[in-house]
Amino acid sequence: MDSYNDSVYEKEIKELKETFNSGKTKEESWRRNQLKNLLSLLVEKEEDIFTALKQDLGKHYVESFRDEVGPLIKSVNYALKGLKKWMSSKKADLPLAAFPATAELVPEPLGTVLIISSWNFPFGLSLEPLIGAIAAGNTVVIKPSELAPASSSVLAELIDTYLDREAIKVIQGGVSVGEQLVQQKWDKILFTGSAAVARKVMTAAAKNLTPVVLELGGKCPAIVDSLSSSWDIQMAIKRILAAKFGTCAGQACIAIDYILVEKKFSSTLVEHLKAVIQSMFGDNPKESSSIARIINKSHFTRLRNLLNEPMVEASIVHGGSLDEDNLFIEPTLLVDPPLKAGIMTEEIFGPLLPIITLEKIEDSIDFIKSRPRALAVYAFTKNEMLKKKLSSDVSSGSLVFNDAIIQYVADSLPFGGIGECGFGRYHGKFSFDAFSHEKTVVRRNYLVDFWFRYPPWNQQKMQIFKSAYRFDYLGVVLVVLGFNKS
Amino acid sequence: MIWCTAPMSVKFWPNGNNIRQISCTRARNNVFCFHKNAVTPENSNHSFVVEKKMAIIDDAESVVKELRSTYTSGKTKSYEWRISQLKAIMKILTYHEKDILEALRSDLNKPEHEAFVHEIAGVSSSCKFALKELHRWMKPEKAKTTIITFPSSAEIVSEPLGVVLVISPWNYPIYLGLDPVIGAIAAGNTVVLKPSEMAPATSSVLSKLISEYMDTSAVKVVEGAVPETTALLEQRWDKILYTGNGKVGRIVLAAAAKHLTPVLLELGGKSPVVVDSNINIKVAARRIISGKWGCNSGQTCVAPDYLITTKEFAPKLISALTSEIEKLYGKDPMKSHDLSSIINGHHFDRLTKLLDDDKVSEKVVFGGQRDKTKLKIAPTIVLDVPEDSSIMNEEIFGPILPILTVNKIEDSIGIIIAKEKPLAAYLFTNDKKLKEEFIRSVSAGGMAINETNLQLVELNLPFGGVGESGMGAYHGKFSFDAFSHKKGVLLRNFLGDVTARYPPYSSRKLQFLKAVLSNDILGIFRALLGR
Repeated sequence: MDSYNDSVYEKEIKELKETFNSGKTKEESWRRNQLKNLLSLLVEKEEDIFTALKQDLGKHYVESFRDEVGPLIKSVNYALKGLKKWMSSKKADLPLAAFPATAELVPEPLGTVLIISSWNFPFGLSLEPLIGAIAAGNTVVIKPSELAPASSSVLAELIDTYLDREAIKVIQGGVSVGEQLVQQKWDKILFTGSAAVARKVMTAAAKNLTPVVLELGGKCPAIVDSLSSSWDIQMAIKRILAAKFGTCAGQACIAIDYILVEKKFSSTLVEHLKAVIQSMFGDNPKESSSIARIINKSHFTRLRNLLNEPMVEASIVHGGSLDEDNLFIEPTLLVDPPLKAGIMTEEIFGPLLPIITLEKIEDSIDFIKSRPRALAVYAFTKNEMLKKKLSSDVSSGSLVFNDAIIQYVADSLPFGGIGECGFGRYHGKFSFDAFSHEKTVVRRNYLVDFWFRYPPWNQQKMQIFKSAYRFDYLGVVLVVLGFNKS
Repeated sequence: MIWCTAPMSVKFWPNGNNIRQISCTRARNNVFCFHKNAVTPENSNHSFVVEKKMAIIDDAESVVKELRSTYTSGKTKSYEWRISQLKAIMKILTYHEKDILEALRSDLNKPEHEAFVHEIAGVSSSCKFALKELHRWMKPEKAKTTIITFPSSAEIVSEPLGVVLVISPWNYPIYLGLDPVIGAIAAGNTVVLKPSEMAPATSSVLSKLISEYMDTSAVKVVEGAVPETTALLEQRWDKILYTGNGKVGRIVLAAAAKHLTPVLLELGGKSPVVVDSNINIKVAARRIISGKWGCNSGQTCVAPDYLITTKEFAPKLISALTSEIEKLYGKDPMKSHDLSSIINGHHFDRLTKLLDDDKVSEKVVFGGQRDKTKLKIAPTIVLDVPEDSSIMNEEIFGPILPILTVNKIEDSIGIIIAKEKPLAAYLFTNDKKLKEEFIRSVSAGGMAINETNLQLVELNLPFGGVGESGMGAYHGKFSFDAFSHKKGVLLRNFLGDVTARYPPYSSRKLQFLKAVLSNDILGIFRALLGR
């Protein structure tokens, strides 16, 4: 731990706290201005962003737009539109015992916040929370992942150019930088990453009573029912493949991790999957620019090891080729690998798609329930009973029918996990709320004061309170007037 | 069983509960061995103590295991079950009001009126509100969808979190124990309540009544002190709600971090009350008195901790306060039955130490009387104590009110924001500009203008802290939400499709996506038409 580095961060954070205390970031004009600049950043510099993502992850620019830049533009516009309303106080009613009084909820920024993002969507996972933090009036530090260095560097440069550097900073670096940062006193930390690191972040935050939002991962299952219409099947297959191989090569927290299908439908499913893989990625997927790469050798090795386990390799029905030099893994399908193998017990986070067959599709409910809760559960089905059971009986971060990943762009739905997938949520107004404190303000005047509120206590006063708390207003009046003696 | 052979030391800890602490130099899991019954060091059996420790941990594990299995069975998710449990709480309050008041009198010497209003009525109105609103709270909430996901429909479904832990404090042991439990049950969870051992009569009465009236396979009370709480905190919970102080709050949060458990912390702080001169001084004085001494003798997390007023107005204010205190509590407040006692000898000593501090003792302008045998301290006011005195640097949690004076009333805001964010902040004024400035500049859990403590009462308002005063909020529907997971559900069908989403990618697809993600309908048409 370099003590020089310690004081550098402390200095920068002190500056951010001073900026916050000056009140500048609380002004609506400042927030609006920053959001507009962020919008300009996204529109004017999309090429720089595409280049960085291509370099770090081999992402095609359309994928980069679809998954990162596009949703960010949407979110900034949503925040700009909602900002005034979000910032305003909300009224509430009060009961008789407090009458006459008024009450309101006043949103306030928390102060200086830390956003730690992961490498798979380095822009999306840094800037989406930033939108909320700015809209709520905070000063911010973003710590991007060092595993996506081009993106980290471009992010730092663009933010320094477009946004208020006295209020929003990017601090780059690796594990030790992250460790030092979380020791500081933040007013909130939003962390996207793995459960292992999340524990360290939360433990450090506990020392300062810093509230955290943890966006972690998990194994997101996709239930594929036996669909009869070929249109439906095509639609489902496309969405499944886009949500696996078409999204950062499966390296996404809400990517489909594995499929559950009825035995009698499974071979049809596999056939269709193979066909569409070919139409999406061509005969030689390695040549296709439409599939991303594995982030680094360490993850590549991890994925290769998942495939190398004894019975797992035997269950491969498509793909399976690996190119370490290019960090490329072919879209791979497996049917019924052993449930105890790593590929079925750990989050895959890569382009390997196990297909687990069941006797009846309804068995998928118990299958999912017997495993840790998922960040998202997907079901491609028209069976209303099944849908109902999934909604009411299976707990998960989110639930999506007949599509996948798309819940990420639904502003009105909270995005967050449960259990090992994390806690807290953001997106849309939830981002604003995540970085705000809702302060209750009760106002009274002097006109009316209830003498029975004060000691010395006696039975009459007790009687009044009993009536008031039963919302028995007539009773209160009678006692006050002396008619109803106990 | 591990037979601990490490050298042993015995410390006699004279607190109200007569506990002697035997500590082992090799403490298991950072907790000292703890033996509650009076025992002499010569014949104490240390290995027995370790056994008891192991038993406590086993107990905690088995409690959580049972609750998890009950939760998995799905029983607690039904509306009927939740209603039955809420009704059981109503029965407890209705049939055992006397027992509860008796326990409160025994633990805290709480005046019956306070006990009824703050504790029994508090829980009862919260429970009734939940009974009335539950079916509405449980309904999924429709969510809007836009052209981006068209065609689709969305809703937010509330789900229970699972197995939750509520740790409650000693000052409002019934209210702060049962109110969170109401929220946990309403949301469909199984719950353990760990009441404070510093209020043993209420802890015991809660344990007895809950096991008698409620579904013990889903709702349990675990009594005990530090070892029991530590053992509970080592388990995996789906949420923890802790009410207490910041020091233990940090311990709870660190324990929760190991299991990634979300936590709601209701802590405290120094809640300031600023008093301007252009007010109805008599009414203001009464409300301040009621908020401070009328609520458990100042042992309340939202009680006004200290007061700030102008140098000019201070004498008038002090005179009004002292005259009203006399009207409410008599010439000799020590004799009044309407004031709570201090919880125990330890806190009594803590408070008298604050008062007897060199810098403070000469600043007493009213009160100061104390009686250790009765654990009573009279309503006391101290004037202009130095900023660096202990009494201005920790939460007082007692019947002492420091008054600081400033030249202009606006200066009070600077004093307040230099300290940690409190759970509550109060302002008495008729000056609109001051009100707005105060609300804008001072961050606190909640605020009241021309009132004290009332922001707690309203079930439509969230109650919670910020910064050092806590995180998260509850009361009313906010309790239900605090113990729920809000699951986003997006329903799509196979009809509409945006093929631009899928590989192989092209610049034309990019154009289309740009239009869709900008909600730009014209742009979409243009892209479709290839322009």
